[in-house]
Parts: sequence; structure tokens; C-alpha cells
Amino acid sequence: MNGNGKVQNSLKAWCAADGIEFEDEAAKRSYQEKTRRITDVILLKKPDRVPTMPMWEFFYMKYAGYTCRDGMYDAKKAEDATIKTVLELKPDSFQSPIFYMTGPILEALDSKELLWPGHGVDDRQAHQFLEGEYMKANEYRALINDPSDLILRYYFPRVYGNLAPLASAAPIRNSFAYYAMFDQWAHFGTPEGIKALETLKKVGEASLNYLNWLKSCVGKIEAKGYPVWSGSFCLAPFDAIGDTLRGTKGVLLDMFRQPDVLKEACEKFVWWLTDCAISAAKATGNPIVFMPLHKGTASKPDGKGGFISVKQFEEIYWPTLRKVMLVLIDNGLVPNLLIEGDFTSRLDIIKDVPPASCIYHFERVDLEKAKAVLGDRVCIRGSIPIHKMTLGTPEDVKAECQRQFDVLGEGGGYIMDTTVASEQIKPENMRALIEFTKEHCVYT
Amino acid sequence: MASDLINILADLNEQQVLDLVQCRLDAGEDPVEILSDARKALVLVGKRFEEGLYFISELMFSGDIMRQVTEIIKPYLKDEVTTTRHGKVIIGTVAGDIHDIGKDLMTFMLDLHGFEVLDLGVDVPIDTFIEKIKETAAPVVGLSGLLTIAFDSMKATIDAIKDAGLRDRVKIIIGGGNINEEIKDYTGADDFGNDAMAAVTFAKGVIG
Repeated sequence: MNGNGKVQNSLKAWCAADGIEFEDEAAKRSYQEKTRRITDVILLKKPDRVPTMPMWEFFYMKYAGYTCRDGMYDAKKAEDATIKTVLELKPDSFQSPIFYMTGPILEALDSKELLWPGHGVDDRQAHQFLEGEYMKANEYRALINDPSDLILRYYFPRVYGNLAPLASAAPIRNSFAYYAMFDQWAHFGTPEGIKALETLKKVGEASLNYLNWLKSCVGKIEAKGYPVWSGSFCLAPFDAIGDTLRGTKGVLLDMFRQPDVLKEACEKFVWWLTDCAISAAKATGNPIVFMPLHKGTASKPDGKGGFISVKQFEEIYWPTLRKVMLVLIDNGLVPNLLIEGDFTSRLDIIKDVPPASCIYHFERVDLEKAKAVLGDRVCIRGSIPIHKMTLGTPEDVKAECQRQFDVLGEGGGYIMDTTVASEQIKPENMRALIEFTKEHCVYT
Repeated sequence: MASDLINILADLNEQQVLDLVQCRLDAGEDPVEILSDARKALVLVGKRFEEGLYFISELMFSGDIMRQVTEIIKPYLKDEVTTTRHGKVIIGTVAGDIHDIGKDLMTFMLDLHGFEVLDLGVDVPIDTFIEKIKETAAPVVGLSGLLTIAFDSMKATIDAIKDAGLRDRVKIIIGGGNINEEIKDYTGADDFGNDAMAAVTFAKGVIG
């Protein structure tokens, strides 16, 4: 069976919704109707109407009149806000609130790379990421040879203040035989080592609390007939290295100074990333894999002004991203790329994927060109500009939804969504997007 | 030798640049002249970025090569090098936003093109912009931001500049990945840009 056959089977299983405890038959029918609609657009079949799959993140909190800080710490407010938003706005799927209730985990770690409400950003704002060279330029060989060691003894101590003592631990790879236990773990008997273990214990407890909260919250909404829109997460290998390890400047300079070892590291990441995503998808039963793309982008439709050129994209960024996508598809999963920046100049390159197996969610793109080049290949998602959602009126939003439906909706294969998530979205505009789509983005 | 350095640096041949700079210093050449040639190379880099031959990666690489060139030359400089500046530009990422890549590239390009850049950093409070305008009489202000919260933050900053009676003393450009004409109108800015060169073009238009 080819990749697309496996994707079809996974989507069929998702639609069957086995294992979900619905509150009644009507909820089950509603869930199956929504997943069927989403499945149809992924498989490039014409659905009854365009589905809405909004990315909401901290919008739930704004909609309910709470702060983002409430989302990070207050279990009841976080759950109430999520449920209220979904049940009142009635999308075809909802975003799992995976950032909520993570404040205690970040505090236990003493995270240096994130600012979050109450810790570096205003209570009403979502978290922000502090870029840095958390992996040094001369540490590629260490990453490639033993990534777990690099993460545990180099990366963790640099980004988590309370795990700094791990820098003095012995590499776990030394403990391949019993006699290593005589001395290789002595560091964890010292006051510093014990501090690191206690931090991990606190993180574990906070994480269990978080997972239980998330499962309960998501379960309550699924029970009412609303599917979560993705079941796992993945990245382009270049972004995995550039986002949190080398930083943007680091990885871009590595392209010039050490391109071969960068490419080698990207190849290694194919397995690491897909193994993680496949496990998560199995656990959730949801085959859609959320994949935000960051550094392969341009600033303008002609390709100018971006991080990298089309040539660099084709030679360094795309090959391992494509490999990741093919592995996921071959395991019956649907890569859902959230493509930041302007990808008009890259459309012909990213067309090279199996048909009817992916979702491409564009932030900025020439809509006509995207449909012409990709329409028979991938499902297109987006792209109501975020400034219309945060600054515009419901009439502005409806006009834009119509405009995009007219271009991208032809023949199906289209999902209505905003370009990015934001807690600044006006609730009336989100309501307008969903209701307009239900009423007017219909196929006869 | 001069054109060698300009072309080699503009072509981003890092080690050759560093070797050539050392070679010229060893030959007793004026370090100020060498620095000047290096800056001419960066102007060429900026031009290639405008033309779409170079991208942010090349800008960053050229900036890092220049940093190393400056470090090599510094011990040879007798006095601090003063460069004639066209005028002052205040730059900062607005309150609530910590993104700095776009801002740093704007600073890099403006400096390259002879402007005195007063970089206020990230998450800059409104009052800090106002104080800096009063203190320096800079005629150009650049507000950078990537997140959606930046839209309101930019507007609030510009409104505050107006309330402080300073709006007619400055021309304001806003920049960032999501910025467009509609957001420019919403914030009350004079212009907007989506890449580093936009700020240079704007500043030249205001200051000359």
C-alpha cells in the first residue's frame, strides 16, 4: 500500500472515533461529520462545505475575558475558556490548548529561553521565545554522535537554570556495563546533582498534572462532538537545529562555514523528528501532524528579502524536510505545514510530494499561483490575514473570506483559517469567519 | 589591494578577507583606509540584498566578517575613528515584543549607509522613545515589531509622540514581517517596510 493509501486508512480510523466517549449519539454524529469534512479536503475531494480549523492558542483566554497568565496557571479558568470558546463559536475542529497549565513546569525548570505571562511578558500576552546559540558552532559532531548527551549535558544546563548541575554529569553512554555504575553516577550523590534530580521530580509532577488536565479538557470537548485538529508535532530538520539549538544567526552562518556537517545533522534529525511524531500520533489517534516552518522563507513573492535564497532552500532546507514528510506519509500521517513568510517563490519546489496527503497552510502567498501550482496536489489552508482579524471589522473579514474562497475553494481542497494564531483577534471577527464560511463557502 | 578587499569581502570569502586585512596591516597600510574599504564592501553587500542576490543569511555573514575585521584592526588604530554621519535615526522594537533580527538588520544597513543609529533595543517603553527624541532631536524614528501585539504598541507609541508635541519633528517608519499599508494607516506612521533596506530608503528621503 502506498503512502496515500495509508493516509486514507488513518483518516478513516480517525473518522470512526473509536475510543471517544461521546455524551450522546448526536455528538458522535457531529464529530464524524466534521472529521469526514476535513478528510474530504485532505484527500482533495469536494466536501459539503469548506471546513474551519482555527488556530487559537491564547485566543481562548481573550474570548472568555481571562488573561494569558490565567491560561498558564489556573486550571479551572483555562478549561472553562477553552470549552466556552469552542462551544459558542462552533468550528469544525479545535486546537488542543497545549501551552496552558505549563507555567509550573517552566518555573520548576527556571527556563531561560522562554518569557511567559508573569515571567517577562505582560499577563495579557502569550509567551515569547528568547533566541540564543544554545548549541555552539563546534558542537555539531557531539550532536550527531550522541544527541541525547548534547541535550542532557550541554543544552539543558544552558536553558534551564535548575538543571545547570547536569553539565557535570558523566555521559550516559559510558554506562553500557554494570561496572560503570560504580562511579559514573556519583555526581547525583552530590548536593548539586541532587538539586538536578529534585528539579526533574518537580518537572515530572507538574508535567503529569498538565497531561491530566489536558486530557480532561480535550476529552470534554471531544465528547460534545468536536475533533482536535492535530495529534502530533514535527519540524523541518533545518528549523529543529535553527530554532532552539543554534539560533537563527548561528544556523544561517553554519550554511557558509560548515555546510557539510549542517546537512549531516539535518539528515540525522529526519529519524529523531519522525520517530517522536509517529509515537505521538499513535497515542492520540489523530493523523494530522502540525509542522510550523520558520527559516526557509522569503519576505516577498519574488523570493527577495528572506532568510535564504531559493537555491539555498532547494539544496539545504527542502531535501530533509521532504524526507520527513515522506516518512510521515508512509506511516499514514498527514503533514500540516504552517508556512511562515512568503512562499510564492518556492511553490514549484514544494509541489514535489505525494498527492492528497498534505495540508499547506500559508501565511503569505500569491493565492492564484498557489491554487494553480498546488491545487491538484495538496490541501491549502488559510490565509485570512491576521491584521484583518485583529484590527478589521466583521465585514472586512467576510469580504476576505469570500475573496479567498473564490480563488482557493474551487473544486475543494481548501480549509478556512487565519494566517497565524493571536490572542489579539477580535471575537466578533472570529465569529464572522466561522459563520460566513458555514453559510457561504458551500459546494452544491 | 583596495579593490581586492572590497570584492573579496563582498563575495563573502571570509578567511581570504581576514588574511588580506592582516597582510595589509603588516605592510604598514593605514588601518583607517582598510576599514573604509571594508565598509565599501558592505555597501556592495547591501546593494546585492536589494537586488535579490543576497539574503538575510548573507547580510548576517558579512556583518560577522566585518566584526572580525574590526577586531583585527582595532589595536592598530591610534585614535577612535570618526565617520561623517548624515543624521540620526532612532530604532527600537516596540513595547511587548522582544524580536530583534529585523531591528538589528535595520541598524546594520542604516549604519552602513552613514546614519548615526541610536538603537534602543527590544521591548522599548513608549517613554524611552519620547525621551530619546527630545534628547537627540533625531528626525527619523524606526519602530520594529513581529507579533500582532506590536500593531497596538506601535500605534500607542506614535500617539504618545503626538501627545508629547513631537510628531511634527519626526518622520516614522514601521517595519516587520506582518506590517503592511493598512497597519501603517492604523498606527499613524509615515511609511512601512518589510526588509532592512526600506529603512535606509526612508531615512535618505527624510535626511538626504
